[in-house]
Amino acid sequence: MIQVTWDWAFAWEVLPMILSAAKITLLATLLGSVLAIAVGLVFALLRRGRSKPIRVGVYWVMEFIRSTPLLVQIFFLYYVMPEFGISMSPLLTGVLALGVHYGAYLSEVFRSGIEGVDKGQWEASRALNLSTLDTYRDVILPQAIRPMIPATGNYIIAMFKETPQLSAITLLEMLQVAKIIGSENFRYIEPFTMVGVLYLIFSVVAAYGIHQVERRFPKEGFNLK
Amino acid sequence: MEFGEIVSVLLQGAIVTIKIVAMALPLAALMAFIFGLIRLYAPAPIKQIAVLYIEFFRGTSALIQLYWIYFVLPFFGISIDAMTAGVVALGLNIGAYGTEVVRGAIQSVPKGQYEASVALNFTSTQRVWHIILPQALVNMIPPFGNLAIELVKATSLVSLITIGDLTFKAKALADMTLQVGEIFGVVLVLYFLMAQCLSLFFRYLEKRLSRGLGRGGIDQ
Repeated sequence: MIQVTWDWAFAWEVLPMILSAAKITLLATLLGSVLAIAVGLVFALLRRGRSKPIRVGVYWVMEFIRSTPLLVQIFFLYYVMPEFGISMSPLLTGVLALGVHYGAYLSEVFRSGIEGVDKGQWEASRALNLSTLDTYRDVILPQAIRPMIPATGNYIIAMFKETPQLSAITLLEMLQVAKIIGSENFRYIEPFTMVGVLYLIFSVVAAYGIHQVERRFPKEGFNLK
Repeated sequence: MEFGEIVSVLLQGAIVTIKIVAMALPLAALMAFIFGLIRLYAPAPIKQIAVLYIEFFRGTSALIQLYWIYFVLPFFGISIDAMTAGVVALGLNIGAYGTEVVRGAIQSVPKGQYEASVALNFTSTQRVWHIILPQALVNMIPPFGNLAIELVKATSLVSLITIGDLTFKAKALADMTLQVGEIFGVVLVLYFLMAQCLSLFFRYLEKRLSRGLGRGGIDQ
């Protein structure tokens, strides 16, 4: 058996490699969240639309996306899309998979946020002859955003914690780099533990950040113009 | 390869997936109850251990936990096979999320119930066992149902430590036959069906358990 000791020298030696891979992890999370918010908003608005077939269709599409594993969705995009002539880099595939998967979750958050706005606001906007678009943009969304922040933040942190799955399509993010270092040196303790600790640190910092954003967000809404 | 053959290979993988879920789900429920109750009722030093477990497993990725258990534990002399590593990692991970479900459900039982059981001179064990838990259990069912679906989805990760589950079989078949569209399409549908079955089961359970409580599902 190999003697178990935490080797600080080895840990310091490989830390820079892991930290540079952290950039890829963070980039994937950032782009993924932007896409997820866009997808979520579109899904949420479609589910509030007038046409019943669209509402029902969107519901089942979301249900499907949410109840199948992200890993399989990643494989699907990575291997099946080229059949249709769309070849994407691992990073782009990963961002697309994360964005759509979490967009399906966020749409529920957005929907309940939008429905949480008092009905009188819709009636007042109708009375003031505002179009649906103006009502959403100037009246509903500014009030709906603040209550959505905690749940949205939690899903973005959850997304961040799922980025290691992108290693399955050869994206060199933190866990994949740690695994390569581990297999080259046959020492897994330091790289895997450090990646775990880094995830913990990033998650805690992000949770604190989201709390701050929510706290500072104007209660009375804001002007989108 | 013919479509029927593909489906039959994938179904073998699905059985492995179901086995993992069947083993990890009880482990997750056990961890959720033990640590959820410790979190609420235990003295401070023990409570700290529970908080550590919960924060660690919720703060890092399931895949990192899986790799850690599979690749790092052998260096400590604890050699476990891939299957056990998968079940333990998933059970502990989902269990950590479950503690919050248990805690939230217990805390959502109206305070009057505590006061009434104190007034009736119940011991604290009787109070938790006969008054609080039966009511809290009903509140736990829907979020536990969601966690069970999360577990089914998370089992796909064990394919990365060489267990022949549904995702692993799909990847192997795809590499071999290149019929990627059919294979991954069928796999997605299979996972979706498993999740829907679980979701129906938990909805039934909720209805069944809320009988006689005068809330939740419809009394029949």
